Amino acid sequence: MKRIQTIQTRDLAKSAEKGGCGECQTSCQSACKTSCGIANQQCEKSKK
Amino acid sequence: MIHQYKLNGYNIVLDVNSGSVHLVDDAAYDVIALYGKKTADEIANEITARYSDITRGEVFELLDDIISLKEQGKLFTEDKYLSIASELQSRPTVLKALCLHIAHDCNLACKYCFAGEGEYCGDRSLMSFEVGRAALDYLIDHSGTRKNLEVDFFGGEPLMNFGVVKQLVEYARSREKESGKNFRFTLTTNGILLDDEVMDFANREMHNVVLSIDGRRKTNDRMRVSRNGKGSYDVILPKFLEMAERRNQKDYYIRGTYTHYNTDFSEDILHLADLGFKQLAMEPVVASPDADYALKQEDLPVLFEQYERLAVEMLRRHRNGNGFNFFHYMIDLTGGPCIYKRVAGCGVGTEYMAVTPWGDFYPCHQFVGDPKYLMGNVYDGVTNTEVCSEFKKCNVYARKECNDCFARLFCSGGCAANAYHSTGSVTGIYELGCELHRKRIECAIMLNAAISLDNAEQEERAAQDNS
Repeated sequence: MKRIQTIQTRDLAKSAEKGGCGECQTSCQSACKTSCGIANQQCEKSKK
Repeated sequence: MIHQYKLNGYNIVLDVNSGSVHLVDDAAYDVIALYGKKTADEIANEITARYSDITRGEVFELLDDIISLKEQGKLFTEDKYLSIASELQSRPTVLKALCLHIAHDCNLACKYCFAGEGEYCGDRSLMSFEVGRAALDYLIDHSGTRKNLEVDFFGGEPLMNFGVVKQLVEYARSREKESGKNFRFTLTTNGILLDDEVMDFANREMHNVVLSIDGRRKTNDRMRVSRNGKGSYDVILPKFLEMAERRNQKDYYIRGTYTHYNTDFSEDILHLADLGFKQLAMEPVVASPDADYALKQEDLPVLFEQYERLAVEMLRRHRNGNGFNFFHYMIDLTGGPCIYKRVAGCGVGTEYMAVTPWGDFYPCHQFVGDPKYLMGNVYDGVTNTEVCSEFKKCNVYARKECNDCFARLFCSGGCAANAYHSTGSVTGIYELGCELHRKRIECAIMLNAAISLDNAEQEERAAQDNS
């Protein structure tokens, strides 16, 4: 595509198929403590 | 649903439901905005009139590209996740994290502290080993098959009760093998009591440490003061520098708070980065609207400008090889959370609870001291199941205002405590917080997409050089 560049991202619809293991961190265990940083968490399965 | 915006020279299109991110040129940006609203001919007429460098044929090609992306589930995707929310509500949840209020006491008297100088509207108090042990036992017993358990030593100032912190870590480690669990500890500290012994211990046992400092000396010392009003910057900074180095600049956060008095907070973040810190976090203050330091609606334009400035500067530094991380911009586009996590929310009152020094459970640290949200205690367990049910419903679909918000799968509807404190309901909307969060998400996507594009271009050049 000449005018559209698609960045590589995790497909959220597909993540429903194998997601939901619940091993990821709860949001406030990191740094924020006062806002909801869901998207800042890493998936435990895809941790490098 | 899509969200389009322009930032730092990038035209960005976010497909909300798939999480796809596209960087597009001006013509494509406009075609996407018109797609579905006008016919192909009308779009071609409008775009060729607007841009001299595109032919009608190329507009039709663009429309084909859009249809192709739509078919691949990367553009204009539908929200199909409502069923996940109801599934999550009916599913039994397991506890996976506790915030242990190891000390309701503090050796600083920060003016904005939501814990009221560490006391949380109660008496000064330190957690005993027995209470902490019962909390850890409760966590192990109620965590189901989950292997990783998170425990945060919080306060007040946890190092005012360091002996018990050490005992609890030792106890938790002693139970790991037989229970099949892995404890990950976090220590939050204001740094006053940070010494060699604590650093050694923390580097051995703490998965993460959160070091509180607000940035420049004048910023920090306006708010983070001792009980006699003396600023803490000069005492804590050398310790934090040492701690960060000892942790090899990993697995820690320098965490600050900004207020109405430093709406130029990007200067504070950059000050900390210039000192050498690589892991930074800076949060907007949580305050009653009548507090003099509370952020106000009229602060928003300057705060937005600050977030943008920060993102642009971070990208510049990254490209120069001296980048740093900022918590709110750490969005892993390829390895971020799955849709279950994004729908479910932060886990307050279900997967996560706070424990007071005397063993009471609250949904999270921000509810501690509010009798309405007392959930039970470490000995009797969760007895107020109504609170638990209330939070179970607290997912991304709980607030109708979120339905047309592009950021909803990045915040899951936002912080329930902030919502409660600003509206009286955990499913309310803390609008100021939402506005800031949306701006942070836009900046984070720009930053990460730009880096991803840089990397792709670099790989392409390397491949060409090799061929």
